[in-house]
Amino acid sequence: MKRHLISAADLTRSEAILVLDTAAELASVAGRPIRKLPTLRGRTVVNLFYEDSTRTRTSFEAAAKRLSADVINFSAKGSSVAKGESLKDTALTLEAMGTDAIVIRHPASGAPHRLAGWVTGNVINAGDGTHEHPTQALLDAFTMRQRLGRVLHAGPDPRGTGLDGLRVTIVGDVLHSRVARSNVLLLSTLGAEVTLVAPPTLMPHAVASWPCKISYDLDAELGKSDVVMMLRVQHERMTAAFFPSIREYRRRYGLGTGRMALLPEHAIVMHPGPMNRGVEIAAEVADSPRSTIVAQVGNGVMVRMAVLYLMLGGAEEKL
Amino acid sequence: MCAMTPEPRHEVGWKAVLSPEEIRRALSRVAHEILERTHGGEGVVLLGIPTRGVPLARRLAARIGAFEGAAMPVGSLDITLHRDDLRMRPARALGRTEVPAEGVDGKTVVLVDDVLFSGRTIRAALDALNDLGRPRAVQLAVLVDRGHRELPIRADYVGKNLPTAHREVVRVLLEEIDGEDSVLLGREPGAERPGAGQPGAERGQL
Repeated sequence: MKRHLISAADLTRSEAILVLDTAAELASVAGRPIRKLPTLRGRTVVNLFYEDSTRTRTSFEAAAKRLSADVINFSAKGSSVAKGESLKDTALTLEAMGTDAIVIRHPASGAPHRLAGWVTGNVINAGDGTHEHPTQALLDAFTMRQRLGRVLHAGPDPRGTGLDGLRVTIVGDVLHSRVARSNVLLLSTLGAEVTLVAPPTLMPHAVASWPCKISYDLDAELGKSDVVMMLRVQHERMTAAFFPSIREYRRRYGLGTGRMALLPEHAIVMHPGPMNRGVEIAAEVADSPRSTIVAQVGNGVMVRMAVLYLMLGGAEEKL
Repeated sequence: MCAMTPEPRHEVGWKAVLSPEEIRRALSRVAHEILERTHGGEGVVLLGIPTRGVPLARRLAARIGAFEGAAMPVGSLDITLHRDDLRMRPARALGRTEVPAEGVDGKTVVLVDDVLFSGRTIRAALDALNDLGRPRAVQLAVLVDRGHRELPIRADYVGKNLPTAHREVVRVLLEEIDGEDSVLLGREPGAERPGAGQPGAERGQL
């Protein structure tokens, strides 16, 4: 039984499917007159955010609140962190106030792993540096199964199934992307075939050891993709010039309407957000019916509810 | 535990208390009683509680449909997220909740379960139902009432009243799930289990 969700690789295939199935069941709650369950009443979840975030923090907050947990939001700005308090001291302070789980986002890769060694509660990684973002990968997998389950299994009910044979192409700034790493790990666990497409300068060194294929030619991959996931160009993490200009990047690796036409009929376009419209993805593509970008945000709440329930809902963690 | 024992009727220590024919007759009687008490089943919705309440609800709906010639709405109501013993065991996988399209507002909801024991499952079901809407009335149908209530809850329709000792275990087997119809009474190895008074323990949900 796992206490923490640090990496998408922490999940076995059956555990990952359990999260997706639980999320599918919880999705029905969203359509009810009362969108709240008593399951985590009396439990406290801390959102410990050292980095800016809109959707992940509010998504975790909404998920915890729908399960009736109490939520404490902590952002490094305007806190004792500004006075020089360490991560360990901040975490121990918050835990002393009686918290059951810590959801952490941190600019340093590995911070959640360190934190897990210091606290007694559950730790959930909500994005650490350029390392991992496992709940994003789970919500992406959930969205793929929801939208393409019919194509994969020819049945209306995707419950209990993985993503076997699904062809997923992840495009863009892989080097700085924790979303890409978590997705490669989780999607390969679920049986999907992942191809990474990026300029050579934005491909990580160790990528050869990842369970995926690599390509530098987007146009060649689009025709054989069921899913194309565009990554944000992370200017804030770029300390050097990785490509000559935005215009050149867009021409080689951006997804516009012309490139979208190369995709198979059923294929979907994903983006973890926030988007740079006009850089990696054209506005017309982002707003097209193929785009699942808004659905991904909604599914994020369901998947995080499932993770919180499975980790905090019982006597021991089922994950 | 049912999965490990494909032919429990031959197992030592388990006694069949209801045969397939008796189950069939009991369900037919309960179906008639529901029709009688609800004046022809007008505005009635059957909701089965997973796991074995769901096929029982479907069977009742099929019988009522055959008797009256009109289809009765049937669905399922998962109670996992409303249980009072969540913190006593590892988190468990969720069952399905499927409410018929007409909803539950203003309807007479008949909850259907296999065994009525402590009453805690039904308390959780009432809470879960509360989040779905406001039924006009809620009634309860069970295949077996084995006594030992821990809450002020009773069944409106009972297939069979089965006096039991607290440490005995009632197992309901249904064709749809277990491949055969049978109700068995026995004693678990290591009978004094900590979960014996908890909902689900009598239904093999460990």
